[in-house]
Amino acid sequence: MPVLRKNKMDASRSQILNALRNSRTGIPFSESQDLPKIPEPEWNLEEKVERLKNRMEAVHTEIHECTEKGFGKIFREVIKQKKITNLLYGKKTNWGNKLEAMRQRGPKTMPELIPYQKKIEDCKETLFSIDAGLTQTMGAIAETGSLILKPDGQEPRLLSLVPPIHLAVLDSKRIYSTFGEAIREEGWSRPMPTNVLLISGPSKTADIEQTLVYGIHGPKQLILFLIR
Amino acid sequence: MNGLMQKRRVMFPDSGELETLRNLAGGIRRDAISRLPDLLEELETNCQQNGIQVHWAQTTEEANSIVLNIARNADAKLAVKGKSMVSEEMELNHFLAENGIEALESDLGEYIIQVDHELPSHIIMPAIHKNREEISEVFQKKVAPAKKSDTAEEMTETARQVLRDKFRRAELGISGVNFAVAETGTLCLVENEGNGRFCTTMPRVHIALMGIEKVVGKLEDLPPLLTVLTRSATGQPITTYFNMISSPRQDGEKDGPEEVHLVLLDNGRSRMYEDELLRDTLLCIRCGACMNHCPVYTRIGGHAYQSVYPGPIGKILTPQLEGIDTAGYLADASSLCGACVEACPVKIPITDILLKLRHKKAQSKKEHHWTELEGVKNLFEKITWKGWKFAFSQPWFYRMQASILSRTAQFLPDQLPMLRSWSRFRMVPRFSEKPLHQLVEDAGIAEE
Repeated sequence: MPVLRKNKMDASRSQILNALRNSRTGIPFSESQDLPKIPEPEWNLEEKVERLKNRMEAVHTEIHECTEKGFGKIFREVIKQKKITNLLYGKKTNWGNKLEAMRQRGPKTMPELIPYQKKIEDCKETLFSIDAGLTQTMGAIAETGSLILKPDGQEPRLLSLVPPIHLAVLDSKRIYSTFGEAIREEGWSRPMPTNVLLISGPSKTADIEQTLVYGIHGPKQLILFLIR
Repeated sequence: MNGLMQKRRVMFPDSGELETLRNLAGGIRRDAISRLPDLLEELETNCQQNGIQVHWAQTTEEANSIVLNIARNADAKLAVKGKSMVSEEMELNHFLAENGIEALESDLGEYIIQVDHELPSHIIMPAIHKNREEISEVFQKKVAPAKKSDTAEEMTETARQVLRDKFRRAELGISGVNFAVAETGTLCLVENEGNGRFCTTMPRVHIALMGIEKVVGKLEDLPPLLTVLTRSATGQPITTYFNMISSPRQDGEKDGPEEVHLVLLDNGRSRMYEDELLRDTLLCIRCGACMNHCPVYTRIGGHAYQSVYPGPIGKILTPQLEGIDTAGYLADASSLCGACVEACPVKIPITDILLKLRHKKAQSKKEHHWTELEGVKNLFEKITWKGWKFAFSQPWFYRMQASILSRTAQFLPDQLPMLRSWSRFRMVPRFSEKPLHQLVEDAGIAEE
């Protein structure tokens, strides 16, 4: 940064902070009172699953419940029904390994598997020509019907954004009642990962005459495999 | 607007819960504002530790030049933008265009009005003043002449394809910030479309623009604020995406921007901070509920305010951002009915602030040295008020005037000087053929 610009900015910084600090003197501040508490819902697992399903289905999420063993069969059905020919996924992840094994066992009913391994600068073409992407989830929030994603080197941020169909896998044991509970239980705080996402349905807009349309910039469909 | 009011009502079925939530959300905001300078420093330290570069700007000019400098260093020709009211304050698109950089809005509503060279009329639904036929015409003429874009679905698909290409090519992504968390150095974005995620993930450089008031202390402050924001704004339990960004691309990560910049803009906010009441303007989380519930806004629409922020929040924000002498008149455009105060999820005392601003304006008028033209305007205003007082205190005159107006006012041409600033944007309302007194009488109501 050129010296002149840096000096200007430092000056702005101290002027803003000084202005704020100076106005604090002389004006009595109402002591921040004890904030009211919102009672946390006490839902058992079944109630949480119900709530999550209701909320997510209300915003066009397709949900398939299955056991870990039954996943393969349902997954292959979805692939056929949605005519998914190629699938982007994260290599060396639990579910990535499963997909690879499934493809080996029965390649005919599985899509071509494309691992997200290159940097975005080197794989834009591929990324924008793919049918679907599969991600794992770190958990979910029953109250609002939201999936929690923490993208990383294996499952990058664009994996759940660019492909028109987003397939997500959720372990039902990791459903929290509320967003607040997830933050507390998972001990989110420093250091936060580069990116944390709450995803509640496929992308949508209502900017034209307030008509709700699904599939604007992000995925057009969100399909959740809920593992019981 | 009725639809939006209805949706919000459905989201808050229990008035007791709503009240508790407002107290909680308002309390969190109030607490953050009372510690504003400390929280800003904490935010700066933690952002820097995470690798986010922090810039401070006192004025919009300064903020613009910071953005331009980053854009030039990134060799950017095309910037894709997520929705940001601060960027509207800065008139950033215009500024960047003058400097040879295309800044393209990517929120569908913002995109539509940008393509049509208009200004947003609502802070949440920028294109709410346009109907489907009008938007279809914009698409036909300026977006994709070859494509059939009649229904909302077709237009959405067309916009998707056009903008995906832009996301791919843009070197720079620009976004706003809904909340910034001081303890972790985290920038949070609330959106439905996914364009915000594109702007903050795809381009090599991301600039986040934020008014200095948007900071909160802890991660745990987010859930109550997020829930009142989405429920008040569009009646959704949550938006499709809640995007929390804490750093640029790290080693081993394959996407995300290599540089993340945070621009903290003051633009008059520290001045609001000086006054204990006016300071409450800074509590705002920009949900737009005050405009959806405002009987004045819902009749006249957002453009009538001729400022970036329309509606009740605009009436208290704009005079303070732009100065009481240039924009103080906005504080007069209210009946003080208080519908906005009831709807506000963080309990901003909008009507109290309006009164204070009116008082300030009157004071500044007294101290002002008048030019001749202003003197004439003042005289005109005085006469108008005198006439109004007379008409409303003399029933015979009021009735006579109402009866004459209801018969003749429809022949007034829309282009009359005093009507023009209204008729430029919308239809001039017509006087009812019968005055209210007559209607009441006809309805057989004896006691008025």
